[in-house]
Amino acid sequence: MSGQFPVISAPVLIVGASMGGLRTAEALRRAGYTGPVTVIGEEPHAPYNRPPLSKDVLSTGVSHDAVAFPARAATADVEWLLGAPVVSADLEAHTVTTIDGREHPWRALVIATGLRSRRLDLPLITGRHSVRTLDDAIALRDELIPGARVVVVGAGFIGCEVAATARKLGCEVTIVAPGAEPLIRPLGAQLGAELRRRHEAHGVTFHLGRTVSAMLGEFEFGGLQLDNGEIVPGDVLVEAIGSECNTEWLDATDLDLSDGVLADTALRAVSTDGTARHDVFVVGDVARFPNLLFDGVPRRVEHWNIPTDSGRRAGAVLGAWLAGDGAFDEVVARGFTPMPAFWSNQFEVSVQAYGLPALNDGDIRTLQGDLSGAVAVGYYRADRLVGVVGLGLKAELLPYRQEIAAHAAGGWA
Amino acid sequence: MIKIEVDMDLCQHYGQCVFEAPNLFTLNDDDKLEYHAEADDSERDNVEAAVDVCPMQAIRIVE
Repeated sequence: MSGQFPVISAPVLIVGASMGGLRTAEALRRAGYTGPVTVIGEEPHAPYNRPPLSKDVLSTGVSHDAVAFPARAATADVEWLLGAPVVSADLEAHTVTTIDGREHPWRALVIATGLRSRRLDLPLITGRHSVRTLDDAIALRDELIPGARVVVVGAGFIGCEVAATARKLGCEVTIVAPGAEPLIRPLGAQLGAELRRRHEAHGVTFHLGRTVSAMLGEFEFGGLQLDNGEIVPGDVLVEAIGSECNTEWLDATDLDLSDGVLADTALRAVSTDGTARHDVFVVGDVARFPNLLFDGVPRRVEHWNIPTDSGRRAGAVLGAWLAGDGAFDEVVARGFTPMPAFWSNQFEVSVQAYGLPALNDGDIRTLQGDLSGAVAVGYYRADRLVGVVGLGLKAELLPYRQEIAAHAAGGWA
Repeated sequence: MIKIEVDMDLCQHYGQCVFEAPNLFTLNDDDKLEYHAEADDSERDNVEAAVDVCPMQAIRIVE
């Protein structure tokens, strides 16, 4: 494939076959685009929902069918190339290359390659796990037998959820994390301490303010040595220390890859010189985009609703551009102000949040209830609500969601 | 006509669907979900959006 002009019959090529890629394909069809769409994915599975991976997939033995997103008639003619990692892209030649050396032409490119688990820098021995993909969760599930000593490194949402699930399955569970409390970065110390108490009440042990200095076991995982010299013996290691962006395949392009892929409010990829590409889009966890719900600062947002919201936005803009009619400017001008939302279940506690609590300037208020039971905590910046987190509350949080959303109309001037 | 099913064992009454298809989904006075099992074809985009945003993936369009 060569030549400087894109072949007009070339497909819209979506790289990444998870939720963001799927929602983009659906939105293209909704926008009236009837031309070819190809989705290339690294995993062998059709798109599936990831939140159950740290919960039901570990505890109840469900398979891909139980977590797969339903296929829609409108996208029945989308071509899926699964189990095919993309290794490079040429934005001038309008191609990407998969690991088997094949070149794939495109008329427009959608970057939806998401994240992968960050791993500890330790020797590769058996018993080390992370939870990002369905295959990861199935591999871990086989080791979560009653009495197994499970050491979780990292006390974010994935780490805490896996710890709770493993404990419910009868494992002995220890969490090691550098922060003073679990979930301290997204939720703050107060809610973090409350969640720690609830985990401890179920028998989970914490080593907080600690990092890993060495791993025990030559061929099989045997435990960790912490930075204070303490030994935490174990049979299973779960590494839940965050994620890294899958952008290496774009290294030879001129896109701004300083943290994920920079995009404008239309989710068009932005080059290092600051100009947006009209034919390259970014969706999902890997997209760093400005959200005027908060301010104009581009951020990546690793919340469950973002792949769907950004896929719908990119598909609508790209669909209007491909149609070439007068609707394009109007579609772009609609703006993009998605409300970040996430949910987490740990033991009997349901955690729900809207907005970006981490943007708070130290002003954190209890909005209703109290910490020992159901509670709503508000996170403020410059006296404006930017995030709300509830424990054991659902519909009661919706008015706070509305309050955060109201800022989009009022602006931040 | 679109037929809608909600798995009420899965539903946790988060109310996200209410934002996407307010004509079809509502939370009652007890904050429990109530919904119309049938909708006009003109609601398809809204129903699909409601399906997409459900954190429990409890809503299904029966084709």
